[in-house]
Amino acid sequence: MTWEYDPAPESRAIANLKPTYRPFVDGEFVDGTGEPLKSVNPATEEVLAEVGTAGPTDVDKAVKAARRAYDKVWGRMPGSERAKYIFRIARMIAERARELAVLETLDNGKPIKESRDTDVPTASAHFFYHAGWADKLEYAGYGPDPRPLGVAGQVIPWNFPLLMAAWKIAPALACGNTVVLKPAETTPLTALVLAEIIQQAELPPGVVNIVPGAGDVGAELVNHPGVAKVAFTGSTEVGKLIQGSLAGTGKKLTLELGGKAANIVFDDAPLDQAVEGIVNGIFFNQGHVCCAGSRLLVQESIADELLDRLHERVATLRVGDPMDKNTDVGAINSRDQLSKIRELVTSGEQEGAQRWTSPCPLPEKGFFFAPTVFANVTQSMRIAREEIFGPVLSVLTFRTPDEALAKANNTPYGLSAGVWTEKGSRILWMADRLRAGVVWANTFNRFDPAAPFGGYQESGFGREGGRTGLEAYLDV
Amino acid sequence: MSDRVTVSKTYKLFVGGAFPRSESGRTYPVSDSRGRFLANAAQASRKDLREAVVAARGAFGKWSGATAYNRGQVLYRVAELLEGRREQFAAEVAAGEGAPSRRAQSIVDAAIDRWVWYAGWTDKLATVLGAANPVAGPYFSFSVPEPTGVVGVLAPPDSSLLGLVSVLAPVLAVGATAVVVASEDRPLPAITLAEVLATSDVPGGVVNLLTGHTAELAPWLAAHADVNALDLAGAPVEQRAELERAAAGTVTRVLRVGRGEPDWTTGPDIGRLRALVETKTVWHPMGV
Amino acid sequence: MSATTTHEFSDATRDESSLRRFLHGLPGVDAVGLEQRSAGLATRSIKKSSKRWAIDTAISMVDLTTLEGADTPGKVRSLCAKARHPAPATPRVAAVCVYPDMVATAAQEVAGTGVEVASVATAFPSGRSSLRIKIADTEYAVEAGATEIDMVIDRGAFLAGRYGQVFDEIRTIKAACGDTHLKVILETGELATYDNVRRASWLALLAGGDFIKTSTGKVSPAATLPVTNLMLQAVRDWHAATGQHRGVKPAGGIRTTKDAIRHLVAVHEVAGPDWLTPKLFRFGASSLLNDLLMQRQTQLSGHYSGPDYVTVD
Repeated sequence: MTWEYDPAPESRAIANLKPTYRPFVDGEFVDGTGEPLKSVNPATEEVLAEVGTAGPTDVDKAVKAARRAYDKVWGRMPGSERAKYIFRIARMIAERARELAVLETLDNGKPIKESRDTDVPTASAHFFYHAGWADKLEYAGYGPDPRPLGVAGQVIPWNFPLLMAAWKIAPALACGNTVVLKPAETTPLTALVLAEIIQQAELPPGVVNIVPGAGDVGAELVNHPGVAKVAFTGSTEVGKLIQGSLAGTGKKLTLELGGKAANIVFDDAPLDQAVEGIVNGIFFNQGHVCCAGSRLLVQESIADELLDRLHERVATLRVGDPMDKNTDVGAINSRDQLSKIRELVTSGEQEGAQRWTSPCPLPEKGFFFAPTVFANVTQSMRIAREEIFGPVLSVLTFRTPDEALAKANNTPYGLSAGVWTEKGSRILWMADRLRAGVVWANTFNRFDPAAPFGGYQESGFGREGGRTGLEAYLDV
Repeated sequence: MSDRVTVSKTYKLFVGGAFPRSESGRTYPVSDSRGRFLANAAQASRKDLREAVVAARGAFGKWSGATAYNRGQVLYRVAELLEGRREQFAAEVAAGEGAPSRRAQSIVDAAIDRWVWYAGWTDKLATVLGAANPVAGPYFSFSVPEPTGVVGVLAPPDSSLLGLVSVLAPVLAVGATAVVVASEDRPLPAITLAEVLATSDVPGGVVNLLTGHTAELAPWLAAHADVNALDLAGAPVEQRAELERAAAGTVTRVLRVGRGEPDWTTGPDIGRLRALVETKTVWHPMGV
Repeated sequence: MSATTTHEFSDATRDESSLRRFLHGLPGVDAVGLEQRSAGLATRSIKKSSKRWAIDTAISMVDLTTLEGADTPGKVRSLCAKARHPAPATPRVAAVCVYPDMVATAAQEVAGTGVEVASVATAFPSGRSSLRIKIADTEYAVEAGATEIDMVIDRGAFLAGRYGQVFDEIRTIKAACGDTHLKVILETGELATYDNVRRASWLALLAGGDFIKTSTGKVSPAATLPVTNLMLQAVRDWHAATGQHRGVKPAGGIRTTKDAIRHLVAVHEVAGPDWLTPKLFRFGASSLLNDLLMQRQTQLSGHYSGPDYVTVD
């Protein structure tokens, strides 16, 4: 007897989708002077809404509004008052959690269970956490009266649209900065609903501005002379361009870039949980995660057994309609990203890695890619070195802890790493030597506003979260 | 006046714990503040710089892996040795910077004290910059500062000893290793300091010190893919943006330093230490 | 199913120390990870026909249980009637589960219906008696007509590390059962750690238990989703190693349809669809059946039902 789960779709109506969305500048939604873009549901390829984009004049207005708000209101406001505004935002996100989750899934293609259980609650938590810092900055270890920087220009990616907006806006506001944020061009909708929340929370006009658009708007923003601080999350390639373009300007910069994390499984690992951690590490959010555990390093003695278990488990992942509450892996965010994944997968096959792909059925429409595991991968292959940013795992083996460590660290990236072993001293030994900003031991992909997150080397610099994360938004 | 002819010193580079001449065979004359010839200094080439980075990378594992207590003792030992050579340094600073001898003396004292200050930091840094993170779940999460790696340092041009120590000691304190380009016009105290470091307990390769033309070496240092962070304290102003651009090629961290040379005699703060560490966050589940 | 230890593991059960080495060589269980996976499975949204199928399947998997000091033949007869015909047009349940002295009554009531008669045995629920008594207890139930025996392991011996003793006891009871189906109750609520649950599961499988069962229902916590999940992993791994299918029975604490469906999702996704049969998965329960029936009515009629629309037995 086979048991098929009936479709359990979340209702689209909950998203309160509007036909058009507009930039948010100086407290108002305005017609952008840029060419409007169409935001597409990657699961169906249908246009969801038309979104006004910011032209150079809009960016200029937004930065100036943010500066005014900084000089006249926000920069001078007692921290205790700022805190209450930020708490309000946290609460209002929670109140509209379901709406935001559905909208996020429509716009991004991620499974509703992830937007519902991870993205939106964590976004709210980020505001709640940072709100509490606003009137306690003197205890943060940056001196008796740490000052904000001014206007923060922030550019975020499409993989966690609302959550990344929260990661950026919350600490900036808590530290007393004002914000101009550019959401990703393929996923601008939830940031604009966040703008609505910010409006309803009655933040003074100009404190937060949201300017949708493509890379040109981002460039305009980060290079605007009125911006004192730039924060970027996205690809290493663009991160380097931004760092280069800011050279000599004295603007403070933090970058959260790509990764090629090693997830290291020793022969004494809790195997069933390791399998879950591997699956979570690479298939969470379709693998569109900068800290994804995209390289599995498994000890040779258990490699075959682990791979069998992994295939069995991955085959149970339900790929398809992101709105279905039972979907585990949703849609690839865009056609471009899908072609990039396909290109790298082809290179893996050509370079001699052994491909296994989940036999799961895929929807006929939309951008989908079946979970894929490459075995017999070697360090020199592109799929072991380049960030695929998709549901594709590269499996390598090792014999000794030293070898595991050497292979794990052998990358210009250094964002995250995973270690699976029941031996406590080995965990600490590995954690000490892994050159990565986050080490998950016997778990993977855990995030919390109280825990600093960020990379080594080409994965970027600066941290988000915790006391450490405040540094990015203070003049220290 | 004695009849004896003094034995003058040949100033060389300091790379991997050894004192080589520049592979290029070049030297350049160094004068005192009144333009009188003092000595010939080695004029390092980009190949010397490359070797220095290799040495710094090679020394990183052991130095960063040493206990904080041990690093603190090593740094303190540097102060002890400097104290013994107080007069020599004072003379060199006086000659190079044109400082009256009392002032030169107090600069040297400040430099010695700076080593002591940083020596005391090594085993406090994790306490002050690290944290146990109260995450919302059954996990133990902690964050620790770790040395960023190999740090390229352009030493301040004016303050040839105190400025140098102020930018070098924090690199060592966090457990990073350094490739330093000394003050171009006043390199002699740097080389003498290298002699102190060589006879102290600082392992070879932890500090590598080059003399030569800053503007010639700096772009190679900034663009070097195996350099993790840059302190551009002594960068020529007109070259600053170019160096930062070069650093962007491999996302090298560039310390935020103000324009113009600061007054190094004012007390240091934690800023440089904080800028030279990476925060690593570790998670582990808590359960039976 | 074979009562003898399979060849692959004959080394493991050779003596006490090999058994210990084997059980302690099993992969560890990370509690947080296991619970997180279980919570993830619990978010599955089972609707419409898949829900109706799940409800009927769950009904067919119920070991309808009464294990009270106050049990009487009358109570058992009424339980058996419910087991045969839970409600109009529903499947019958898998078994009734009673104390040994009620077996004869139950056997008579369900004869020829396909409903099995399960009896607890071996000094249920504590297991604190001599082996002689435990064997006699088992034989008594089998002779009275029990087709399934739910034995308890000696948790004291297990926790003291006397694995050989527990192993031998299960083997002995298995022998006493003859062809009668043997379920081994681990009483996971007393085993304290998931690592112990995994070891006890393997110990029972090695000793020839046809089913591994979570609990007596007399100790809290009884069946939890993570524990069921873990035991499903054990039978899955056992199958991978030996080709044999063994069953799992969570018992105690599963009272609602929602809970039952969550367990079925775990069966489906952890062990696999093969296990979605009363031959390999059971619910030890009493009040669960009525909730399943009520939810079934809701599914069929399209409106909510109430407790007065199912029978109190």
